[in-house]
Amino acid sequence: MVASCFLRKCLTALAGLLLLSFGSLAASQIEDQTEQFFRSGHTNNWAVLVCTSRFWFNYRHVANTLSVYRSVKRLGIPDSHIVLMLADDMACNPRNPKPATVFSHKNMELNVYGDDVEVDYRSYEVTVENFLRVLTGRIPPSTPRSKRLLSDDRSNILIYMTGHGGNGFLKFQDSEEITNIELADAFEQMWQKRRYNELLFIIDTCQGASMYERFYSPNIMALASSQVGEDSLSHQPDPAIGVHLMDRYTFYVLEFLEEINPASQTNMNDLFQVCPKSLCVSTPGHRTDLFQRDPKNVLITDFFGSVRKVEITTETIRLQPDLGNMESRFLTDLQQKGKIQPPQDIRKSGWMRN
Amino acid sequence: MGLLSDPVRRRALARLVLRLNAPLWALPVAWLERTMRSVGLEVYTQSFSRKLPFPDETRERYMVAGTNVYGILRAPRAASTESLVLTVPCGPDSANSQAVGLLLALAAHFRGQIYWAKDIIFLVTEQDLLGTEAWLEAYHDTNVTGMQSSPLQGRAGAIQAALALELSSDVVTSLDVAVEGLNGQLPNLDLLNLFQTFCQKGGLLCTLQGKLQPQDWTSVDGPLQGLQTLLLMTLQQASGRPHGAHGLFLRYRVEALTIRGINSFRQYKYDLVAVGKALEGMFRKLNHLLERLHQSFFFYVLPALSRFVSIGLYMPAAGFLLLVLGLKALELWMQLHEAGAGPQEAGGASGPGPPLPPAQSVGLASLVAPLLISQAMGLALYVLPVLGQHVATQHFPVAEAEAVVLTLLAIYAAGLALPHSTHRVMSAQAPDRGWMALKLVALIYLALQLACVALTNFSLGFLLAATMVPAAALTHPCGPRPLYAALLVLTSPAATLLGCLFLWRELQEAPLSLAEGWQLFLAALAQGVLDHHTYGALLFPLLALGLYPCWLLFWNVLFWK
Repeated sequence: MVASCFLRKCLTALAGLLLLSFGSLAASQIEDQTEQFFRSGHTNNWAVLVCTSRFWFNYRHVANTLSVYRSVKRLGIPDSHIVLMLADDMACNPRNPKPATVFSHKNMELNVYGDDVEVDYRSYEVTVENFLRVLTGRIPPSTPRSKRLLSDDRSNILIYMTGHGGNGFLKFQDSEEITNIELADAFEQMWQKRRYNELLFIIDTCQGASMYERFYSPNIMALASSQVGEDSLSHQPDPAIGVHLMDRYTFYVLEFLEEINPASQTNMNDLFQVCPKSLCVSTPGHRTDLFQRDPKNVLITDFFGSVRKVEITTETIRLQPDLGNMESRFLTDLQQKGKIQPPQDIRKSGWMRN
Repeated sequence: MGLLSDPVRRRALARLVLRLNAPLWALPVAWLERTMRSVGLEVYTQSFSRKLPFPDETRERYMVAGTNVYGILRAPRAASTESLVLTVPCGPDSANSQAVGLLLALAAHFRGQIYWAKDIIFLVTEQDLLGTEAWLEAYHDTNVTGMQSSPLQGRAGAIQAALALELSSDVVTSLDVAVEGLNGQLPNLDLLNLFQTFCQKGGLLCTLQGKLQPQDWTSVDGPLQGLQTLLLMTLQQASGRPHGAHGLFLRYRVEALTIRGINSFRQYKYDLVAVGKALEGMFRKLNHLLERLHQSFFFYVLPALSRFVSIGLYMPAAGFLLLVLGLKALELWMQLHEAGAGPQEAGGASGPGPPLPPAQSVGLASLVAPLLISQAMGLALYVLPVLGQHVATQHFPVAEAEAVVLTLLAIYAAGLALPHSTHRVMSAQAPDRGWMALKLVALIYLALQLACVALTNFSLGFLLAATMVPAAALTHPCGPRPLYAALLVLTSPAATLLGCLFLWRELQEAPLSLAEGWQLFLAALAQGVLDHHTYGALLFPLLALGLYPCWLLFWNVLFWK
């Protein structure tokens, strides 16, 4: 009897040991998987899309910005996380023979204005001062929420700018300019205030590469439609509307983005290949030296979409907060006072309580 | 989309054109109002009247009265802050009937579009340019020519650009464009470039000054033809007449062109649809404008539709001509100073001499008399012909217009007798060198006048400089007097005008005989006086009050005793 008892105990212990080892193996796999959850380091996405030129013949700049807006919204970034700045109203311009539309293709195939566009900064509100305030967060308290860039240190921000530019500057509204040094300093302020995790800067203007020459803050990747000394060209004029509808670079970027869906694994290296010199006439450029990850590991949806990662699991994952001793003591203290619940099984908890 | 692709509109246009085939003796105001209202425009009328200073022989009118009719097409989605004008000047002699038909067809087509950001005014004026002037004055609330016009009931904002249309037949072989305006003002070159672009796009044959575009610029023919076109433009601009309704718009800084349809004996003809398409394109482009046209040149001369000479290139030529006068004046000044210093040294004054050497003080006094008399003659030339026309008709069997012209010529010729009378006024105390001082003053006076004229109306300034500067510089009382007298008479303003008329007709390949030339000259004189009184043209006062007295001073110098 004693021997069978002992044998039973031994078997239980062995089973327990095996289970433990398997459990720890499985747990480490789960933890690896959980690690991959947060591989890119960002938890939310923002987009700041700026069109800086006004007047009817700059129709194409508004169409550029709205094309990127459309893609970004389609891939999941909500309006509350997009700051859209349009310096003029093309859709309701009296010269527009198709009111309430902004087309991006000469056969009027794609109306990028859509039915639910939300313009945050419109017309004369698009100024250098407002743009810099949005980026750095130095905004008067009365500013409505839709006009703020409420990003944090885990935000990936896409900044797209288009308009008329030159060597080292971008023209706003025909009356003022922003220089590449100002822009670089604004990004540095953002970095120091921990307002971004990673930043993708795209610019479609003449001599666009000059605008990213002066960046010095980490985690910035930049793309431009033309090198210094080159002009960015427009795509096609439309005889019915009477103006050029899009710029070449953004036209081909839009074509590229139309192929992307939220599950795409396309990476940044493909975006760098968009619009070679044969199509674009100008030479698009890019800058990745400040970026810590390898561009081939950076997904397009890391910046252009807002992908919520969901994985169904049946295992228990005990997520211990990785805090210092004092904090854990504080937490246990609170637990003992009954103020907070001890960590529970996720499987049992069901819905997360807010 | 496109003008008259709709067969209904095509038929309507054909009906209108047939209906207007009958010559318009008086503007059918009521019918025009009705038609414009049916098209959908806001229609207004304006009446005006004017008594001309003397009867106009060429157009047979004296007490002028008429009614302008205009319709405004409001921009559907814009505030009425800016507007464009399409105008058709009608008159009893000008056969502009087809243009009214095209205007109404265009109005009907434009009414159906939604992309207008500026209002469009469709203006039909009576009595040609007099009606246009009346409308413009009432629109801008000014009164520069003494026209009595009733105030406008409907306005449409600041006018950005205007096109005037003259069509006398329903098919055209070519379109001629006129740019020269009142007092030699020109529209912005961009507007001409716009016209030329649409000519090329529509495959229309477009001419400038009635001449085709030279195709071959490498051989001699091309530049020679260009030179002819350039000379024609210079002559037209120098005359300072508004060559079409557009010339009156330019005064208000409204860029404007006149487009004339020419029906010659060429085989290939364009119908009004082609012309209408070109006009539609021009209006659509003007609609896209956000500012007034100001990027291109305002001062230019055109050897061809697609080429121009800008002010930076041609102004040095006038500058060098006037430099001749300046240098001659400098030479005379130095000679005068030597002459003035001579008697002073000979006087052998010990100590400081008198502040004014006696030779110079006598010189100044002797200058005043010729100057005053010359200016008085100029004033007489300006004022007397129109003022004294009735007195002249009472004493001589001539009409008023003839009386004015003959009085002009009489006073002009009387000036030639002046040196003899001037010398009676002045005593023999005038020293031998007095003529130098007079010539110096005359040279500076001429240089100043020509410089000012060349700045505003380069063609006039250059033409006068080219003729008057050599004669003025050469004038010398000692020397072959008959030769110099002949040279001076041949380069006087009146003779220049006569010569220019002959040259103008020669360039247009319709040369004049002497008798015809003389008749044309008399008619031009009458028109010049009339243009001054009705539109404010400045050629007549400039020649009468400015250049003629100056020329008389040189005549005085020539006959100095």
